[in-house]
Amino acid sequence: MKVKLILNHKNRTFEVTPDEYLLDTLRNNHITSVKKGCNQSTCGVCTVLLDGKPILSCSILTVLLEGRHITTVDGIQSEVDKISNYFGEEGADQCGFCNTGLALTIYALKKELKNPTDDEIKKYIVGNLCRCSGYQAQFLAIKKYLEDSL
Amino acid sequence: MKVVNHKTSSIDGKGIMMGRPAFTDDLADPNSLIVKILRSPHAFAKIKSIDASQALALEGVELVLTHHDVPKKSYTRAGQGYPEPSPHDKFVLDEYVRYVGDEVACVAAINEKTAEKALKLIKVEYEVYEPVLDFEKTINNPTIIHPEDGIHEMFPIGYEPKKNIAAAYQMHIGDVEKVLASCDVVIQESFYTQAQAHSMMEPHTVNARLDFQNRLTLYSSTQTPFHVRRIIAQTLDIPISKIRVIKPRVGGGFGGKQALHGEMLVSMVTLKTGKPSKIYFTRKEVFESTYTRHPMRLDITLGSTKDGKLKAIDCYVLSDTGAYGEHALTVFMVTGSKVLPLYNKVDAVRFSGHAVYTNHVSAGAFRGYGAIQGNFALESAIDILCEKLKMDPILFRQKNMILEGETSPIFEIMGEGTEGTAMMMETCKLDYCVKRGYDLIDWKKKYPRVKMNDHQVKSVGMALAMQGSGIPYIDMGAATIKLNDAGFYNLMVGATEIGQGSDTVLAQIAAEELLTTVDKMIVYSSDTDLTPFDTGAYASSTTYVSGNAVVKAAKIMKDMLIKEASRILNVEVKDIDFNGSSFKSGKHEISLEDLANQITYNHEQKQLTATSSYVGHKSPPPFMAGFIEVDVDTETGEFDIKDYVSVVDCGVTINPKLAQGQVEGGIVQGLGMATFEDVKYGRKGNLLSNSFLYYKIPTALDIQKLTTEFAESYEESGPFGAKSVGEIGIDTPPAALANAIYNAVGVRIQRLPITPEKILKGILENKAKGVGL
Repeated sequence: MKVKLILNHKNRTFEVTPDEYLLDTLRNNHITSVKKGCNQSTCGVCTVLLDGKPILSCSILTVLLEGRHITTVDGIQSEVDKISNYFGEEGADQCGFCNTGLALTIYALKKELKNPTDDEIKKYIVGNLCRCSGYQAQFLAIKKYLEDSL
Repeated sequence: MKVVNHKTSSIDGKGIMMGRPAFTDDLADPNSLIVKILRSPHAFAKIKSIDASQALALEGVELVLTHHDVPKKSYTRAGQGYPEPSPHDKFVLDEYVRYVGDEVACVAAINEKTAEKALKLIKVEYEVYEPVLDFEKTINNPTIIHPEDGIHEMFPIGYEPKKNIAAAYQMHIGDVEKVLASCDVVIQESFYTQAQAHSMMEPHTVNARLDFQNRLTLYSSTQTPFHVRRIIAQTLDIPISKIRVIKPRVGGGFGGKQALHGEMLVSMVTLKTGKPSKIYFTRKEVFESTYTRHPMRLDITLGSTKDGKLKAIDCYVLSDTGAYGEHALTVFMVTGSKVLPLYNKVDAVRFSGHAVYTNHVSAGAFRGYGAIQGNFALESAIDILCEKLKMDPILFRQKNMILEGETSPIFEIMGEGTEGTAMMMETCKLDYCVKRGYDLIDWKKKYPRVKMNDHQVKSVGMALAMQGSGIPYIDMGAATIKLNDAGFYNLMVGATEIGQGSDTVLAQIAAEELLTTVDKMIVYSSDTDLTPFDTGAYASSTTYVSGNAVVKAAKIMKDMLIKEASRILNVEVKDIDFNGSSFKSGKHEISLEDLANQITYNHEQKQLTATSSYVGHKSPPPFMAGFIEVDVDTETGEFDIKDYVSVVDCGVTINPKLAQGQVEGGIVQGLGMATFEDVKYGRKGNLLSNSFLYYKIPTALDIQKLTTEFAESYEESGPFGAKSVGEIGIDTPPAALANAIYNAVGVRIQRLPITPEKILKGILENKAKGVGL
């Protein structure tokens, strides 16, 4: 069946099966910036924005998304460019497999919370697992990005 | 130094975060057949019959492989050099299955759904055996896990499969019994460390295709592309020249991707069908069917004089290698060889043990590689001894630990599966690390405990650690530097960037030697057709071994450039001053850009390429002191980690921020193992912890504060003074936390992980006995 999504501000029609998850729709159509980490809603790697809010693309059926806005890092390139500068500065990027999903969460965090506390930042990104960094460098990078964006 | 030891953003972080295709599956052929594996529901069984006819009849199924279809040639998935110190005890597919999740058959189909449907249509009849699940009862158990013929060790490693022993080792220096008998204080304790799951964010994945020269090309998420090429050629009996292995960006490895998981099956599918194929492990498969850390029991005896001179260490290790003997010998040898030399002033030391088969998920290489297990046992035992001696554990360590300019006879005796290499500690700043950590954690004020209120105490604990920098005389790394027109370079390395930042660090090293900047050094790793050989990313070898190769190649390139400049300027080589961007001799001058353009397009045109390689003749250990501060609730046993202080001697940090990331990433993985990460099995050997719901790894909320510093240190044999830093961070957290918990509430946890339940149980037992704090 056909589903029309507004993917990164452009209308796109995808041919999907009724039981197909958004993650598979995207990756099967070579939108490879969205990664598959667990396929079980537990790691945050496949995060995309649905109408601006971070969701796990492995856990939502594409057929339910007719006409909705889906954003990947490909749709917010200049902002991700900025975020990545802070990550580079803090040495926060290691393997980078979780970073496209995390960048989207950080972008949504900036839009949603004004002047978040340290604890609010950590709670917002708690679903984006990272096995490399130990989180502290990520946290410092995010904090500086948010401060400088004010 | 202008580039080395300076802050440089990683060369690839931006592109990856912006979503550029980088990882193995991003680069798979879109028409790939999907490969899925039928896995064993039994912990130990023999396949009596297997019928794939219904699966093969399903539309869209291209191929089914069972043990009838694969070469009967044993190999090891370990991903080590040749000959491997791991026994060849695995077949691509076997008539036996030895753990829940072991491979039974594989299906290749046009899509995932068809492949999964086909798996259900394969009919298998099993003869189910009683599994061996307790690694303390496996030696001489009537159940023999590897009864089959055709398996063997590559050189003597104490391999006795009929007794379920995958490897055995023993060594001694001095007469341990005699020295212990002369000691004033002797303690004897046993410790248990659990299996830990690597949990890298990118699951194991590999894809294969035949190129237009009919060669097999693999894109593999691997730490060891050159070993993968060799092992496929040897096992599938195809000429090695017909195989190309490309390692794209790897989404984390931690040792788990040193091994081959999936490479054999996709290779066979593509060779048999002529079509591209890929496998992408589900998270459940990553947990159930790849690797864990080796669980161990460690029996430690320490003896000292009453004034705190450590005289003897005796250590026996029993290691659970699971269904296959990958890294069985070497991991448990490192448990001794990279832990015991910390206390080099003893009169006698003995180390022995067995790595044994069970019907568990296979254990394999994992950051720390045995040292974290040994560290937990020895550094806990040292504190237990200090308690008996009524001596400050820091003072005791300062008195007995290894110092700069000293050595340990263990270095010469114990290597990784072979004899070791004698070496002096040219750099060892442990004394500084301990003093600095003591100040940073404010030990004086907080040791052993500070009462916060009626139910909370604050306390501190610490541990020392060491690791290595590559495997001497075994690990080899090579680098090629190519000059391009306009005067920028390509740096091609076999060294395997897996997220640790090696492409950036190696670019910095090359840029430093060639007096240029990192943006002029375009790095490519790794591709068995295009990059020179490297053993791969393991054993903390890349910065030290591959880094030294890069220095050597860059020196050759520099000499070549100066020679060309002397020719073009018509002056003597010795009179030329090269500053990285121009060559000068008196009033004669030519820029690197001009020179590169001229030799490319105009005069005596040629391609300048420099290649060199390096094999270590020693393995200078990085050292560290780790300090933890915890608040413990005496009513519930819950604890809160307030700070983890790491003071590290890894020589010069090539990239200080990335080095810090290596240490902190290691600390947090170590804290995960110390506190809640626990691979658990059901009574029949089925894995219970097979998703992130049941296997928790640390999240952003679990980390409050990490304090990381580096000691000033310059290792003469390293590239620009560097030693390794990839593994050292993971070693100290279990022992430091165990020591802090004891200091807080008088409960000694000797079986990891350290949970509130165990602490509370200890508190209640102490109360019942009327002992404790």
